[in-house]
Amino acid sequence: MSQLTNFTKGFIKENPVFVLLLGMCPTLGTTTSAINGLGMGLATTFVLVMANVVIALVKNVIPPKVRIPSYIVIIASFVTMVDLSMAGFLPALHAQLGLFIPLIVVNCIVLGRAEAFASKNSVGASFIDGLGMGLGFAFALTLLGLVRELLGSGKAFGISIYSDTYGMLVFILAPGAFIALGYLTAIMNRLSKK
Amino acid sequence: MAKESNFKNMTLTLFTVTLLASASLGFVYSFTKGPIEDAQNAKINNAISLVLPEFDNQPSAESFTRNVDGGVLTFYPAKKDGEPIGMAVQTFTKNGFSGQIDLMVGFLPDGTIHAIEVISHKETPGLGDKMESGKSDFNVQFKGENPKDFKLSVKKDGGDVDAITASTISSRAYCDAVQRAYSAIVKEGGSK
Repeated sequence: MSQLTNFTKGFIKENPVFVLLLGMCPTLGTTTSAINGLGMGLATTFVLVMANVVIALVKNVIPPKVRIPSYIVIIASFVTMVDLSMAGFLPALHAQLGLFIPLIVVNCIVLGRAEAFASKNSVGASFIDGLGMGLGFAFALTLLGLVRELLGSGKAFGISIYSDTYGMLVFILAPGAFIALGYLTAIMNRLSKK
Repeated sequence: MAKESNFKNMTLTLFTVTLLASASLGFVYSFTKGPIEDAQNAKINNAISLVLPEFDNQPSAESFTRNVDGGVLTFYPAKKDGEPIGMAVQTFTKNGFSGQIDLMVGFLPDGTIHAIEVISHKETPGLGDKMESGKSDFNVQFKGENPKDFKLSVKKDGGDVDAITASTISSRAYCDAVQRAYSAIVKEGGSK
């Protein structure tokens, strides 16, 4: 696999949200607006990249029977770093995303990539894999957030497009997340079949 | 990965991994502790100056707390030229649509509400979050009202507050928080 396909697979072919359907909890929970989706996606990208690199570095010294606990500790450390840094430097976004930042620890994508990719590949390839998967995740969350924000409150990235009295509230609420995700997944499937 | 797992190397690996993880977390914590506190204080001070008339003391330096209904109310007395001109109360309610709501309510010395700001909430975006100032006129209706003759509950419950459309629960919770602040102010003997 060339490095380029390794990087781009996260966007369409193996997009974590639309194709693998991993990490649904933050996907549905945080995408009430495009900015929230983007913030969550970038935080996850950081954790994915750092965890992939560190795990690829130490994969040869960790005995197989304790690899999962070791990976979880490594991932949890990076998540806590993101959590603390966001609370300090981006308090507004941190208040919006709240509980979902610590929950990146249990996001299947992060452990999934660590186990399926980083523990078998070189540091460089793991870095690119983490970056591609993370950005694919961020892209999916931003798109979903944008659709929900536009249909639900008539805004895109916080800028008013039309009056929010015409917005369909269901898209801001939890059921709208499922509806929008279902349609976006269907569209992505159609596009990638070609 | 190719190595064999035995008791010694498993223990050693887990010990090393957790040691390194806690060390790096400790480092990040010491590094972000300051900014996190600054962000919190800036938020509180900003809310205080928004809900009170102009003051020239440091309300956050003279603050005191009271335990009420299983939570903590924080009082921030404001003075100008040594005269008390009002009191900001950080109040809370646990009855929000999605949990706790924290408000900063500014009272004038006679108990009149000067203004109210939302400090934190988890209400539904597009519905309950209209309680934030600037998102709707909901919080404007409290300005200049004295809860003595302004019943702090929504009209549906026989009060004087116009609820946010489709967010009666959030509106009720908001009133509950303001009422808690007012009761505490009265108990403290006015905002002197």
